[in-house]
Amino acid sequence: MSALLQESERAGGEATRTVVLPPKRARKPHLQRHTLFAYGLMAPALVMFVVVFIIPIIYSGWLSMRGRGESSGGAFGPREETFVGLANYVSVFEDDTFWVSLGNLGIYSAIMVPLLMGTSILFALLLDLPRAKAKSFSRTAIFLPYGVPSVIAALMWGFLYVPDISPVYQLASGLGVELPNLLSGDWVYVGIINVVLWGGIGFNTVIIYTALQSLDRSQIDAARIDGCGEGRIAWYIKLPHVVPATIVTGLFSVIGALQIYSEPAMLSTLTNAIDSTFFPLMRVYRDAFAHDDLNSAAAASIVLAIGTVLLSLLVLGGRQLVTRKVTR
Amino acid sequence: MTAVETRQKRAKKENQPPAYDRPAGARRGISITAILPTTVLLLAAVYFLLPVVWVFFSATKSSAELFTTPSFTFGTALWDNIVELFAYENGSFAKWLGNSFLYSIVGALASTLFSAGAGYALAMYEFRGKRAIMVGLLGGVLLPTITLAIPQYLLFAQIGLANTYWAVLIPTMITPFGIYLAYVFARASVPVELLEAARVDGSSEWRTFRSVGLPLLFPGLVTIFLLQFIGAWNNFLLPYIMLTKTDLFPITVAMYMMLNRGGSEPILYTLAIAGAAIAIIPVVAFVLVLQRYWRLDLVSGSLK
Repeated sequence: MSALLQESERAGGEATRTVVLPPKRARKPHLQRHTLFAYGLMAPALVMFVVVFIIPIIYSGWLSMRGRGESSGGAFGPREETFVGLANYVSVFEDDTFWVSLGNLGIYSAIMVPLLMGTSILFALLLDLPRAKAKSFSRTAIFLPYGVPSVIAALMWGFLYVPDISPVYQLASGLGVELPNLLSGDWVYVGIINVVLWGGIGFNTVIIYTALQSLDRSQIDAARIDGCGEGRIAWYIKLPHVVPATIVTGLFSVIGALQIYSEPAMLSTLTNAIDSTFFPLMRVYRDAFAHDDLNSAAAASIVLAIGTVLLSLLVLGGRQLVTRKVTR
Repeated sequence: MTAVETRQKRAKKENQPPAYDRPAGARRGISITAILPTTVLLLAAVYFLLPVVWVFFSATKSSAELFTTPSFTFGTALWDNIVELFAYENGSFAKWLGNSFLYSIVGALASTLFSAGAGYALAMYEFRGKRAIMVGLLGGVLLPTITLAIPQYLLFAQIGLANTYWAVLIPTMITPFGIYLAYVFARASVPVELLEAARVDGSSEWRTFRSVGLPLLFPGLVTIFLLQFIGAWNNFLLPYIMLTKTDLFPITVAMYMMLNRGGSEPILYTLAIAGAAIAIIPVVAFVLVLQRYWRLDLVSGSLK
């Protein structure tokens, strides 16, 4: 009660002080000077942002609306670019390889993202258990792949998928099990997902683990005194606490999943099961650089960008719903 | 009144001896409830270490040994592999490593500095257009890299920057996520009251930023630098699109090119493996040595 009184007194004191302050227009020059300073501090970043982000985005939009003019001297005539409106977008949507690559991406993301988030949460919870041993060793081991470039991870796993040289295949055949070739047919999804999970679980685990560390320990102690098991503590106390952090790491995982490029590109050097249009970004790259059709590539990449942003907003909206539920 | 009571209760609980932390069974050595989580964690550790350990063993093997000797034994060709690797393409491997260091260090340093200024300004000042800038940055985080990389390439080609160091450095120097993190760090570690106190003492805004803001921001900036360094070291798509001159390749693009050619020259497989082993040493060392200096608690705070 007395604390509350002090609080209001302090507020009152401040209120009287503001009355004493000089009239408003005397403060304005100050504020403007700060505004100038703030913009000055931001200037380098803003200039770079405009050069690296804004101009390319506008340029990309402009490119996507232009196309090769038809019947201007046939295939060998000079290349003329004209405004074609949304024609590039229409041809992207009419192209089967676009839908196939989108379907592949859907399959891949639907398997990869839940697995990534699930294992990350599991490892974070295990690392948080007071009784588990060898925690700092396993935490370091789990986090280590974060430092390995994804193309090099794909290179290493690519070799580990080759039965003749892989210790995993040697071990399995020693036990009389014949493992499928992860570089052939539909198994290639497993091959790609494994590389991505290997590289991605560490970072997500550490983020969720650090979020767990901020949990009020007395709550857990109280639950333990009440005879609550570790499983129930994890489910009823720890998990709700890390849901907000998990959803945003999930958002980054979704964005990462939609942008997948380097792992399948690297693995495709070892197998024919991944063609140049396997995932949407690979298709965009092929259009832009192998087919030299920048306009179509621009249109497809804008479709992907809009899709990514919409999906992200959806996830963020879901997050707000969940956080509201948790805090209520 | 009841609120006070519960608070007293909670205080009592906090003061209880730590025995409550570990139920009776825990004292008696390893119990079944400790074995299962520990086993899972150790299996996970084996999975995450497997390719790294494998690549270091395999780097010691000759082409023939790679296919004939057991995986976790040493071969006899480590020195030959290294010599051959550094002789490959007239000694380009050292150059590619150097390029990776250049792109990562310069790019991460610049982007950390730019992030520091922008993040601090966004966190500490009220000004017109602040919301628009924040929204723009968030949009920048969400955009697919290739959506930007292709028009960036075309623009850079037009002004003659494609196929130069700048083509990779300039886009690496600005990361919306870095600015966002700097903003979060500044809000968490630089109290506005301190700024006001400095202002009352007659310190200029610039001096306040330099001698009050930056030191307080420093641990956060270290984290941003580390994240950007690793991000730049691991970057593949941007240099892959921007560069065709092999002299300018970072290690990631060079390894891709090497393996791509491996199909026609199987000898390149052992070189690619040795190259992979060498390429991960710097970043893995980086991650191991510096993991305790990371302020990832703040990253996770920013994600709430």
